[in-house]
Amino acid sequence: MKTLAELQAIRDRAREKMTVRGDHENAVRVVVGMATCGIAAGARPVLNAFVDEVAKRHLDNVTVGQTGCIGMCQFEPIVEITMPGKEKVTYGKVTPEKVARIVADHVVNGNPVVEYTIGELMK
Amino acid sequence: MYRSHVLVCGGTGCTSSNSLKIIDKLEEELAAQGLSEEVKVVRTGCFGLCALGPIMVVYPEGAFYSRVTVEDIPEIVSEHLLKGRIVTRLLYDETVGKDEIKSLNETDFYKKQVRVALRNCGVIDPESIDEYIAQDGYQALAKCLTEYTPEQVIQVITDSGLRGRGGGGFPTGRKWALCAPNKAPQKYVVCNADEGDPGAFMDRSVLEGDPHCIVEAMAIAGYAIGATKGFVYVRAEYPIAVQRLQIAIDEARAYGLLGKDIFGSGFDFDMEIRLGAGAFVCGEETALMTSIEGNRGEPRPRPPYPAVKGLFGMPTVENNVETFANVPQIILRGAEWFASMGTEKSKGTKVFALGGKIKHTGLVEIPMGTTLREIVEEIGGGIPNGKKFKAAQTGGPSGGCIPASLIDTAIDYDNLIALGCMMGSGGMIVMDEDTCMVDIAKFFLEFTVDESCGKCTPCRVGTKRLLEKLDKITKGNGTLQDIDDLEELCHYIKENSLCGLGQTAPNPVLSTLHFFRDEYVAHVTEKRCPAGVCKSLLSYAVVAEKCKGCTACARVCPVGAISGTVKNPHVIDTSKCIKCGACMEKCRFGAIVKR
Repeated sequence: MKTLAELQAIRDRAREKMTVRGDHENAVRVVVGMATCGIAAGARPVLNAFVDEVAKRHLDNVTVGQTGCIGMCQFEPIVEITMPGKEKVTYGKVTPEKVARIVADHVVNGNPVVEYTIGELMK
Repeated sequence: MYRSHVLVCGGTGCTSSNSLKIIDKLEEELAAQGLSEEVKVVRTGCFGLCALGPIMVVYPEGAFYSRVTVEDIPEIVSEHLLKGRIVTRLLYDETVGKDEIKSLNETDFYKKQVRVALRNCGVIDPESIDEYIAQDGYQALAKCLTEYTPEQVIQVITDSGLRGRGGGGFPTGRKWALCAPNKAPQKYVVCNADEGDPGAFMDRSVLEGDPHCIVEAMAIAGYAIGATKGFVYVRAEYPIAVQRLQIAIDEARAYGLLGKDIFGSGFDFDMEIRLGAGAFVCGEETALMTSIEGNRGEPRPRPPYPAVKGLFGMPTVENNVETFANVPQIILRGAEWFASMGTEKSKGTKVFALGGKIKHTGLVEIPMGTTLREIVEEIGGGIPNGKKFKAAQTGGPSGGCIPASLIDTAIDYDNLIALGCMMGSGGMIVMDEDTCMVDIAKFFLEFTVDESCGKCTPCRVGTKRLLEKLDKITKGNGTLQDIDDLEELCHYIKENSLCGLGQTAPNPVLSTLHFFRDEYVAHVTEKRCPAGVCKSLLSYAVVAEKCKGCTACARVCPVGAISGTVKNPHVIDTSKCIKCGACMEKCRFGAIVKR
């Protein structure tokens, strides 16, 4: 180790890998329904797609978690996204292909993808 | 990228209750469920709440599972990690809020703690230098080497008010300043990890949970005093600590954080581990250095002090593990930050190993000046089984006790010394009303008699004579003259012993005599042990009115001392009774008493 810059580079890289352990203020929570109905409908690839997308964009204030069944099994895989200070948005019938757009529009830019929400699907 | 991290405590406490098997099972289950790529298992150091081990924390939820068994693992994996349903029955009950899990920092045990020396314990993987660096590791060393002169480093440490955490409380900055100007072909930095006090395990936990902070701090000390070589003297009884420290040293070397020309500053530093064979006296600084040199661990007279003539006859700075653990934080956050915590003459925080008759056995770090009441009743969770607090013993075999009447004492170096106690390395043994203070003094004297190295007569012979007198008193053969003789001999040993071991060995006796003289007198004049501990002074008897004649006691008695017929009161033959207490435990009617 010859320079401070080398140390900083290692620090930043290592920190990114540990963000999941932090207590974040202003954290965005992405929660995937992973009850039996969710898993059967393909929630696992959706969950993994979120994790990959969050990692790819270095979003260190985003946690990806799971939850159980919320009772609308026909719309699984269901994903809930909570942004700080905003109402929770619930997406239904999410596929891995839809994940990139949800992350880009909603998580990064704060504009929920209305056409994927459960409200739209129920119309 | 892992979506979840599972932290499992790999400290000695949890390891002894099977946390390594838990980790194996966890990895096996994760693989079976195809989650190995999504969930990362991290073996950390001690969380401090050893009473609830084995401990496991699952992120991002921050779910704190306690007393986890290998059998619980399939459920945790399939419920929590796969389906996201927290296994509430395993949560530490204090973290269960109404609708959500409360943060660990809100529980009574952690709320009042301020973690400086233990900041990374239970937080990072101690075998990963990257995780240490992520927590600003080695930034302090970089700052010292690139921004400060050695004099400035010493000034920061002096201004912070940091005092030696091994027991003596000597100002660390002054110790370094005394060594720095001495010219010699080779100087040394030594880390004293020969933690020997019964009940103390803070140094072990720092080495197990955050070994890199010791490596970093020793390199900083080396830069400050002009030393290029360091030794860590650690007891061989700490295999996990030794192993992790060696990994840390190897990793630091591989990154060039130890070795030649660190950070391009021209400063060279490297270090090695030396194992101690477990002699208590080797925790004394001169005996420790003699032992590193390859000789029998015996102290030598001071002066010359180690700062002038220490290891291999060269100027040496020796500090305790916990002292070093504070150094990187002081450099990074400044002397004022550190000095803002604590009392007038004792700055910063202190780690205590809580043990004995207390609910939350474990490791706590509190600001200096916290009262004993806060430690015992709030952080420690009080005394189990509804018993009353009698005293707390600090400083191990060199220390003394604080009686219940002084429970509001603010804990710092000077207050403890004023009570005839000492900080010691920070073992704190809590005692309840069932503890006999003469017996406690005897316990510590047995330890010092065993551990006295034998070099000087006051310690070698004096402690033995003390123990004999204590033994006589606990057997009911003592006289009031024995108590006076005991006191006089204590003072003689204190004044005439060569090193700290002998100088402090009588403290447990003096302290208990001071606060609990009535117990000594009761043993001598009434031939009675007020706490009901000293066997020779006890007898068991059956209360005839309460005895239902169930015969349970007679059946459990190993020597056949109890006689009686069914449905009639039984009798204990005191000449046969060996006072094992088995009958009292067995009796369902409370008909057997000790007196």
